Amino acid sequence: MSTPFVRKTNRLSDAVQHIQPSGIRRFFDMASTMEDVISLGVGEPDFVTPWNVREASIDSMERGYTAYTSNPGILELRQEISKYLDERFETPYDPEREIIVTAGASEAIDIAVRSTVNPGEEVIIVEPGFVSYAPVVSLAGGRPVSIGTKKENEFKLTKEELEAAVTPNTKAVMISFPNNPTGAVMTKEELAPLVDVIERHDLLVFSDEIYAELSYDNEHCSLAALPGMKDRTILISGFSKAFAMTGWRLGFVCAPADITAAMLKIHQYILMCASTPAQFGALEALRSGRDDVERMITSYKQRRNYIVKSFAEIGLSCHVPGGAFYAFPSIENTGMSSDQFAEGLLKEEHVAVVPGNVFGEGGEGHVRCSYATSMESLETALDRMGRFLKRHSS
Amino acid sequence: MEKHELEILKLVEDNGRLGVPSIAKMVDCTEEEVQAVLNKLEKENVIVSYAAVVDWSKVEEQEGVTAMIDVKVTPQRGVGFDEVAERIYRFPEVKALYLVSGAYDLSVVIDGKTMSEIAGFVSEKLSTLDSVISTTTHFRLKTYKHDGVVFEDGEDDDKRIVVSP
Repeated sequence: MSTPFVRKTNRLSDAVQHIQPSGIRRFFDMASTMEDVISLGVGEPDFVTPWNVREASIDSMERGYTAYTSNPGILELRQEISKYLDERFETPYDPEREIIVTAGASEAIDIAVRSTVNPGEEVIIVEPGFVSYAPVVSLAGGRPVSIGTKKENEFKLTKEELEAAVTPNTKAVMISFPNNPTGAVMTKEELAPLVDVIERHDLLVFSDEIYAELSYDNEHCSLAALPGMKDRTILISGFSKAFAMTGWRLGFVCAPADITAAMLKIHQYILMCASTPAQFGALEALRSGRDDVERMITSYKQRRNYIVKSFAEIGLSCHVPGGAFYAFPSIENTGMSSDQFAEGLLKEEHVAVVPGNVFGEGGEGHVRCSYATSMESLETALDRMGRFLKRHSS
Repeated sequence: MEKHELEILKLVEDNGRLGVPSIAKMVDCTEEEVQAVLNKLEKENVIVSYAAVVDWSKVEEQEGVTAMIDVKVTPQRGVGFDEVAERIYRFPEVKALYLVSGAYDLSVVIDGKTMSEIAGFVSEKLSTLDSVISTTTHFRLKTYKHDGVVFEDGEDDDKRIVVSP
């Protein structure tokens, strides 16, 4: 017979108990049990990875490239990433010393934070934003400090907002434009005033530019491309969104050589290297995927136009999202919270959207609607949302 | 061609059922402007027709037979291949007709109910035309992809999870 025992200590770490599970999970669970749900809740492209990319990856496996690659990734791939970033966004990085291929931008966010933030140091998180930033900072022992961008400013970050959040303890700021969930973009002229604040307080910037390609009205401007910023920016991106490769888990992170060397230490211990077949697929994507990217951009832009105009028709106010594939309409005039709205819409009309509050400060009063879905689904979803709004208008 | 015209043309080529109101929103025009573009393109025969892509192999007793026939012909002075092409495409059984480069001249696609019906067409109608020198008939066994659309079930299903960050 085994001896009965009383567990003396809590076996979970304080750090993990301190973070909350993602609020998106609840909606996933609810929506998964329903039939005929039209989902505007999906944070990934509706395109399948272009065949030439899939084929290149299959071919690499057939040829026996199934071993580890070097820690930062296949050199040829880093060279292609370097060329791509330079040509597309005027952000040149040294493929040998300043680029690491990661398991998605998610890993990139983690190693960027962990290699720079000390316990107790503050990281300003620009919200609404991707759900992982604050938890990743907390897990690294840092203190996430939220700034909520505002609807009046079309969810762009202002110099004043940034300045107000800085304390002597601030180490870095986490920024992502084009933004998930708001679709907001910031032009070069709009980013420029932030540089002054960043330099004056000697901050680092984690710039998550995963949606850079999906910028519909203006060319994307990287924070790292602004004068003086390359040396204090950690640029995070990847293949998921622009190349429709979410499930491959392949991203990259670019930073000054000292920071890259530090990130590489963590990367080599936790991951060794990114998936080899995925790296071969990505190589093909960069070498000959341009036409596919352009085709997808055109299609997203058309659907962006469609959804924004349709929202106006059914009485939802929505700024024009300049990038990503999300619209972030205000639902304040319904009198419902974003949770109530999303839950009601799902239960009554079987349309899934994500309540804005899960994306942090400034998200309440809005819902995230992904338009990365077929036109047929969008048309039906909009009809159903119109019906829902009519039913609940007072 | 103007940018909007091209964009509208690509949209309807991909999905002929897309309504004017939706197209208008997508390309940021008024409905009247879109309708005017469509009218113009239809009138100019740029948009030739609107049709559905049908997988007849799924319809019982409607399967039918399709053949692709390579035809060698003698071109005629003054009209080249056009006159014989016209004599061929006027047959309603002829689904498509192309002038091609290479070992033969015309590529004819024929729909029929049975193989013997097609054999009859080739021997009685096609081969007997004066300028036809020879024919080679290939029967289609299976359609994998047609007009850019994959026929295999499940290929276009949405395989994403319903809600994700």
